[in-house]
Amino acid sequence: MKRSPLKPKGGLYYYMQSTSGIVGALLLLFMVIVSICAVFGWLPHDPLEQNVEFAMQGPSTTFWFGTDEFGRDIFSRSLDGMRRSLTVSVSAVSIAATIGVTLGILSGYLGRWFDQLIVRLSDVIFAFPAILLALAIVSTLGNSWYQTSLAIAVVYTPIFIRVARGPVLTVKEMDYVKVTRILGFSSLRILRKHILPNVTAPIVVQVALSLSWAILTESGLSFLGLGTQPPNASLGLMVSEAQPIAAFAWWALFFPSAFITIVVVGLNLVGDGLRDALDPARRSS
Amino acid sequence: MSVGERTSRILLSTPVLRIGSIFTTLFGISIFVFLVLRVIPGDSIVGAFGIETGVLTPEQIAQLKIYYGIDKSLPMQYISWMQSFLTGNMGYSYSTGISIASLTAKALPVTIELALIGTILGVVMGIAVGTFSARKPGSIRDFAGQLFGLMALAVPGFVLSTTIVTIMANKFHYFPNGYEFVRLWEDPWMNLQQMLFPGLVLGIAVAAPVMRTTRSALLETVDKDFVRTAIGKGVNSRKVQTRHILRNSLIPIVTMTGIQFGYLLGGAVIVENIFSLPGMGRQVLYAITKREYATVQSSVMVFAILFITINVITDLIYRKIDPRIKQ
Amino acid sequence: MSKPLLSVSGLGISTVQDPRTLVNSVSFEIMPGEAVGVVGESGSGKTLTALSILGLLPRGVSVAGGSIVFNNIDLTKASPEMMRNLRGSDISMVYQDPMTALNPVMKLGRQLLEVIESHEKLDNGSVARVEAALREVGIPQVERAMESYPHEFSGGMRQRVMIAMALLLSPKLLIADEPTTALDVTIQQQILALVSEQRRKRDMSMLWITHDLGVVANLVDRLIVMYAGNIVEAGTVQEIFTNPQHPYTHGLLSSLPSRTDKSRKRLTSIPGVPQKPWLVGNTCAFAPRCFKATAECTASAPKLVGTLEKSVACFHPMGDK
Repeated sequence: MKRSPLKPKGGLYYYMQSTSGIVGALLLLFMVIVSICAVFGWLPHDPLEQNVEFAMQGPSTTFWFGTDEFGRDIFSRSLDGMRRSLTVSVSAVSIAATIGVTLGILSGYLGRWFDQLIVRLSDVIFAFPAILLALAIVSTLGNSWYQTSLAIAVVYTPIFIRVARGPVLTVKEMDYVKVTRILGFSSLRILRKHILPNVTAPIVVQVALSLSWAILTESGLSFLGLGTQPPNASLGLMVSEAQPIAAFAWWALFFPSAFITIVVVGLNLVGDGLRDALDPARRSS
Repeated sequence: MSVGERTSRILLSTPVLRIGSIFTTLFGISIFVFLVLRVIPGDSIVGAFGIETGVLTPEQIAQLKIYYGIDKSLPMQYISWMQSFLTGNMGYSYSTGISIASLTAKALPVTIELALIGTILGVVMGIAVGTFSARKPGSIRDFAGQLFGLMALAVPGFVLSTTIVTIMANKFHYFPNGYEFVRLWEDPWMNLQQMLFPGLVLGIAVAAPVMRTTRSALLETVDKDFVRTAIGKGVNSRKVQTRHILRNSLIPIVTMTGIQFGYLLGGAVIVENIFSLPGMGRQVLYAITKREYATVQSSVMVFAILFITINVITDLIYRKIDPRIKQ
Repeated sequence: MSKPLLSVSGLGISTVQDPRTLVNSVSFEIMPGEAVGVVGESGSGKTLTALSILGLLPRGVSVAGGSIVFNNIDLTKASPEMMRNLRGSDISMVYQDPMTALNPVMKLGRQLLEVIESHEKLDNGSVARVEAALREVGIPQVERAMESYPHEFSGGMRQRVMIAMALLLSPKLLIADEPTTALDVTIQQQILALVSEQRRKRDMSMLWITHDLGVVANLVDRLIVMYAGNIVEAGTVQEIFTNPQHPYTHGLLSSLPSRTDKSRKRLTSIPGVPQKPWLVGNTCAFAPRCFKATAECTASAPKLVGTLEKSVACFHPMGDK
């Protein structure tokens, strides 16, 4: 267990050693840039604009990813959809991580009944398959982006509680921490200097992984029609819309799917890279 | 901590095996499900009654009222629901007038069969690829294996399903799921064909984490001292592989399989939808779109109970395999 | 003069990836019925030397040169099947950490029977054989032990089981890699006594690795002292203890607390830290820490010269007392 905060420079240096980590980061960066373009509307075409005369055309110089049955540009829609997926996922995971980590640390540190309560609560949520729970919550709350985001946040909070709680429990029992408590150091200081450094690494890794799951869940929800509503673009929704025409217009199915896959791969590689970079044992398996 | 010890710790630290804890968790789950669905304004539940009353008999409406605990305070509503649920009154479906309990009884076996097939396929694939990868770590085959694992994880189930459906139905004109669903005991051959593709999609989703676990468990075990002892005794390499390496790697693999089986239940929602399998997943989805809250509530509850049951079973199996755990 | 049972010649061991020498060049012989001890600090290469005999080097480490001849076969070039045949039956090994050396999910009886199974056919008498072996090493309640798992036993007991396992097929050579280091001192004595007794009974050769000179005095006939991947001195226990030639050996012996010396002087220690084998060039590895070092010592590496009774690799041996 580390005794001092890992210098960011050190972690970054090790991260750069891993090719997969770099690849992942690049893929992720690509998607983030793409989404930013979508946010500012820097798209070749309006994602909602229907050009019926160009419907069901394959990739061309005007429509890079081709068009769907309504003549909408799949490229622009994919970018817009990516933006939506990322927005929902990032906000969901931010909420889940903030609440989860806080609860996890508090739970581990304070112990006793509070700890038991939190653990039971998170077990309850863990008992549900992710999509199912998100489905159920979305069905009651509604499916605007922030409601979907909230639903996904609920689903992924327990894992953060667990990830944060673990190191806290271990470190709490270490002799050197016990000594500081005897010496009368304030809890806050112990938390900051000893517990936080050991908790940051697993959490950062978990954020990357949870983001990838969140994107899959969000696209799953929109595929089922319970996320973004038409005519807005969402990657899952686009796949769903592509179902009837996929045999004649493979691009309508391929490109949104590829986007989802790329961002999930990117996040997973980044997560692995982070894990290897931040793990003191630094094993490359 | 090794993979095996870590998974042991996780399983042991979850209160699953202590009976009291199981019940507390189930209790917590029921409250959770109850609360989540109570966010819905009461009038829409009652409102539904008014519109669809034609389908339900007076007795059924009465039962439904007890199920929902209409006109009672919130805590009483919960108690009313729990009492109904535990005595078999899972409410009634507005659109069809059939009791949800019987709908569930019909749908549950389908989902369980699907999940089983998916798990078996996934575990076989996962262990195969994982072993293949672990033989020569860092080699091309390892890279290929890990790439497979990554793709299996990253390509969403619905994408895979849609692709399969498109190719099979349109290019090969082979689509068993286009026909009406048959049960396993009615026509085993047809049933298995109908389960094949959805099972495969779910299996691929399971294969990814199983492959990862297998690979890391094998790699970790291979370096262990007792493997060296076995080789040093003159045990032939096949027996070293099976009796020493594999047997010790099993524990995390079994644990992971158990966890995955549970998550398959969720993945089944999408797959059942695309392949038109009349299982619990489709039931829930249908109920959500039709605003049949009783169905959603009961079905989600059933799912959770199933999940916990699987965890318990996994835990029991796991205890049989690892003699270090004391009963 | 009889033929040596094991003859190690110019053995070199290094890492595979970015090659680092871990053992430079080691040569020694073990006669039938003879017990040889190998003494050295961590990193001296003694464990690797022992492991290389049975081809049990860890991943990433391999024999870089030299030969290990047993029964007219060069073990460094033997086929896997030949090695497999030798292991457990002609040559056996006992390892350092009894807590991790046994398969945790296999019953002890089964693990012992495995030795027989790998070299002969299992039959009705096998179980009795194994039980007798367990009794011989002092395991109580043998029938129960057969059905037990390793975690049910203490370190000392597990090590006894390992010894039983190693001796089951009466090997000609037993290699022991610090088998008592991880155990309590009292248990240590028991194990040492047990092994001594077994050795004498079976007239078995033994290679005993240790970092503890005290352990080895009453146990072995000859001693080899290793430092930074090389043998610096070898000879009979008598000679080495009374007349250490190499400054390192001299230093090791001086650092042992004496029962008779009541002067309460500070224990002497060898200044500096052990040298890493791969950083040694063409010099005497011990030179930086040696009080007798001269320019000659850094100009070239000393070779091991002498007889079976006494040999040393040094430009300035201590000289006879």
